[in-house]
Amino acid sequence: MQEHDLSFVRVEMALAQSAPPSERGLGAWIRKNLIASAGDTILTIIGIVLVAMILPQLISWAFINAQWIGTDRTFCATVAQGGIQPDGWSGACWAFVNAKFGQFMFGRYPIDERWRPILVAILFVALLVPLLIPKVPRKGLNAILFFGALPVFAFILLVGGVFGLPHVETSLWGGLLVTLSLSFVGIAVSLPLGIVLALGRRSKMPIVKMLCVIFIETVRGIPLITVLFMASVMLPLFLPAGVSFDKFLRALIGVSLFAAAYMAEVVRGGLQAIPKGQYEGADSLGLGYWQKMGLIVLPQALKLVIPGIVNTFIGMFKDTSLVSIISMFDLLGVVKQNFSDANWATPQTARSGLVFAAFVFWLFCFGMSRYSMFTERRLDTSYKR
Amino acid sequence: MKHIAIGILGAAALGLVASAASAATLDDVKAKGFIQCGVSTGLAGFSAPDDKGDWQGIDADFCRAVAAAVFGDGTKVKFTPLSAKERFTALQSGEIDILSRNTTWTINRDTALGLNFVGVTYYDGQGFMINAKKLPGVNSALQLSGAAVCVQSGTTTELNLADYFKANKMEYNPVVFEKLDEVNAAYDAGRCDVYTTDQSGLYGIRLTLGAPADHVVLPEIISKEPLGPAVRQGDDQWYHIVKWTYFAMLQAEELGITQANVEEMKNSDSPEIKRVLGQEADTKIGTDLGVSNDWVVNIVKAVGNYGEMFERNVGSGSPLKIARGINALWTKGGLQYAPPIR
Repeated sequence: MQEHDLSFVRVEMALAQSAPPSERGLGAWIRKNLIASAGDTILTIIGIVLVAMILPQLISWAFINAQWIGTDRTFCATVAQGGIQPDGWSGACWAFVNAKFGQFMFGRYPIDERWRPILVAILFVALLVPLLIPKVPRKGLNAILFFGALPVFAFILLVGGVFGLPHVETSLWGGLLVTLSLSFVGIAVSLPLGIVLALGRRSKMPIVKMLCVIFIETVRGIPLITVLFMASVMLPLFLPAGVSFDKFLRALIGVSLFAAAYMAEVVRGGLQAIPKGQYEGADSLGLGYWQKMGLIVLPQALKLVIPGIVNTFIGMFKDTSLVSIISMFDLLGVVKQNFSDANWATPQTARSGLVFAAFVFWLFCFGMSRYSMFTERRLDTSYKR
Repeated sequence: MKHIAIGILGAAALGLVASAASAATLDDVKAKGFIQCGVSTGLAGFSAPDDKGDWQGIDADFCRAVAAAVFGDGTKVKFTPLSAKERFTALQSGEIDILSRNTTWTINRDTALGLNFVGVTYYDGQGFMINAKKLPGVNSALQLSGAAVCVQSGTTTELNLADYFKANKMEYNPVVFEKLDEVNAAYDAGRCDVYTTDQSGLYGIRLTLGAPADHVVLPEIISKEPLGPAVRQGDDQWYHIVKWTYFAMLQAEELGITQANVEEMKNSDSPEIKRVLGQEADTKIGTDLGVSNDWVVNIVKAVGNYGEMFERNVGSGSPLKIARGINALWTKGGLQYAPPIR
C-alpha cells in the first residue's frame, strides 16, 4: 500500500527526454569537436586543407595511377624513361612488389622449399589465434604447443637436413621470415629472461644482484648495432680459425639478450609499484619466495607494465631491421636490396618498395598495440581513473 | 621458451659449424662441393638479385665461371652478400673462397690486408654525369667550371673531385650529402648540375631519374678504380685457378669463342683455339692448373666469354647500357689483356 502522506513524492520516473536539438546530430558534433573556439576552428581548417592537399594525390598515386602488373622496368617508367607510361605519369609500381613478393616474404629461401615456411606460418597463426582469444578453452595445452612444440617443429622444418628435408642454410633466409623469426624468438626469450633478471636485481643475494645489475647495465649501455656488429665481425676473429657460428643464430642471441635487458627494467618498474603490504601479506600467509612472486606479486606487477612490455616488443620488432648492417636481410633489407636490380630501376621503384615495407611493419605493430589495449581492458580491476 | 634457445644452440653445435679453412682451398672446395663467393649486398650490374632471388651481374657470373672451371658446373656456387666493412674479414676468416665484390685493387689491400687480387674484371673510375638541360653544349669535364656538383660526403670521391678541379684551375660549388639516396634525390630535383661518383654507378642512377634522356655521362674518368676478385694470400694453386679463369674468359673473347659456338670451335683448325679448349693430344694445361683439361669449354658454356658477360650484365643486353670503353680488349683499344694460354 502506498503511504498517502508521502504523496508529494513522485512514484513513477519521468520519461526520458531527448537532448535539445542544439546538442544533437551532426551539427552539434561539429560545433563541439571542430569549431568550439577560434583556436579549434583554425586548427580544423588547417587540418582540412592538409588532408585535401595530400589525400587526393596519395590515392591517385597509390591506387588510380598505380601499375599493378608487369615484368620489368618498362611497365613503371614513362616513355622518356624508356618505358610505356605516358610522360608525366606518377604512380606506384606495385608490379615491382608483385614480382619480388616471394623474396620479400622468404628472402632467397629456395623456391621449391617455400612450402615449409608457409606451413610454419599457417601453424603459427592456427595456434596463436586461439591463444589470443580469451574464450577459447585449453589455454595450457595451447601454450605448451605454441611455446614448446611449435619452435622445435619450426626449427626442424625451416632448417631441414633431417627426415629427407633438404638443408636450407640460414644465410638464404630473408624478408618477413627473418623479421618474424627474430621477433618471435626475441619476444619468447626476452620476457621470461627479463622477469628473472628483474627479480635478480631486486634480490637480497649480493652476487646474484651484482651479476644481474652488471648484465643489464652493460647491455643497456651498448647500442644494438654494436652488439650485432661485434657478433658478426669480431666474433669470427676470436674463434679458432675456420670455426664459425651460424650468423642468424648470432643475431638471434644478440637481439634476445638485448631485449631481455630492457624487459628487465620494465618489469622492475612494475615490481616497485607493488605496495610493501602485498609482500608482507604473502609472507604472513607462509608463502615461499617463488609462491609469493608467482601468486601475489608478479600477476599484479606484470599487469601494470603491459604498455611497457608491448612497447619493448614493438621496439624490438622494428629493431630487427638493423640486422641488415650485418648483411642479413629482413623485410626492409630485402626490399632495399632489390632496388639494385637494374631490371626494375625506375624513379617509382624505391618509393613503392618502401611504402610496401612500411605498410607491413605498420600492420604488425598496430596489431600488437591493439591487442595489448584489449588485454589491459580485460585485466583491468580497479586502478583505472 | 628458453629451451628454444637451447635447442638452437645444440643444433648449431652439431650441424652449423663451418669447416675449417686450410691452405688448400681447392681441396676444401672440392670436398664441400661448391664455391662460397662473397658478393655485394646489391649493386646494379655487378651483383644484384633478380626476380627469383638469384644473383646476377659481373661479380656473380665470375664466381660461376670459377665454379665451371673447378666442377664443370657453373651452378655449384653459393653467394654470401657482404657489406663493405665485412668483406675482408669474411675472406681472411675462410668464410668465403673468393671475394668478388666490386673491390678496388690497391697496394694496401694486396699487402697489409693479406689478399691477392687476381686481375681487373672491370676498369672503373670516378666520372661525371651532367644535366644537359642546365648545361647545354658541355661535352667534357673541363668545361664544368662554376658548376654545382652533387657528391657524397666523406668518400674518396669527394677528395678526388677537389683534386681534379684544383689541378685544372676550375671553380665549383660542392653540394654535399651524407647518404647516396639524398644525393640522388637532390640531383633529380635539380639542386646541382653535375653528379659525380664511380662511372658504373652513374649509369644505374641515371635509370632512376625522372628524365634520363636529359642526363649525359661525360667521357672523363678522374680516378682509377680497378675492380676485381680477390683470394686469400698463401694458396698459390687457388690463386692461379681464379686468375686463369679470368684470363681464359678474355682469351675466349679474343679468339671469338662464344657460348653459342664453343662446341663447333672444338673442331676448329686453329691450333691456338684447340689448345685453349683443351683439344690438343695429351695436353696438360688444365691438369697442371688443378682442373680438367676442358676447363675453358666449361667456363664459356656456363657464362660465356668476357665480352658476353659484360654485355649481358652491364652492356647493351642490360638496362644499364654501359659502353665497353677501356674495358674493351687490347685489340680494340681497351685495357683487357690476357697472357697466352699455352
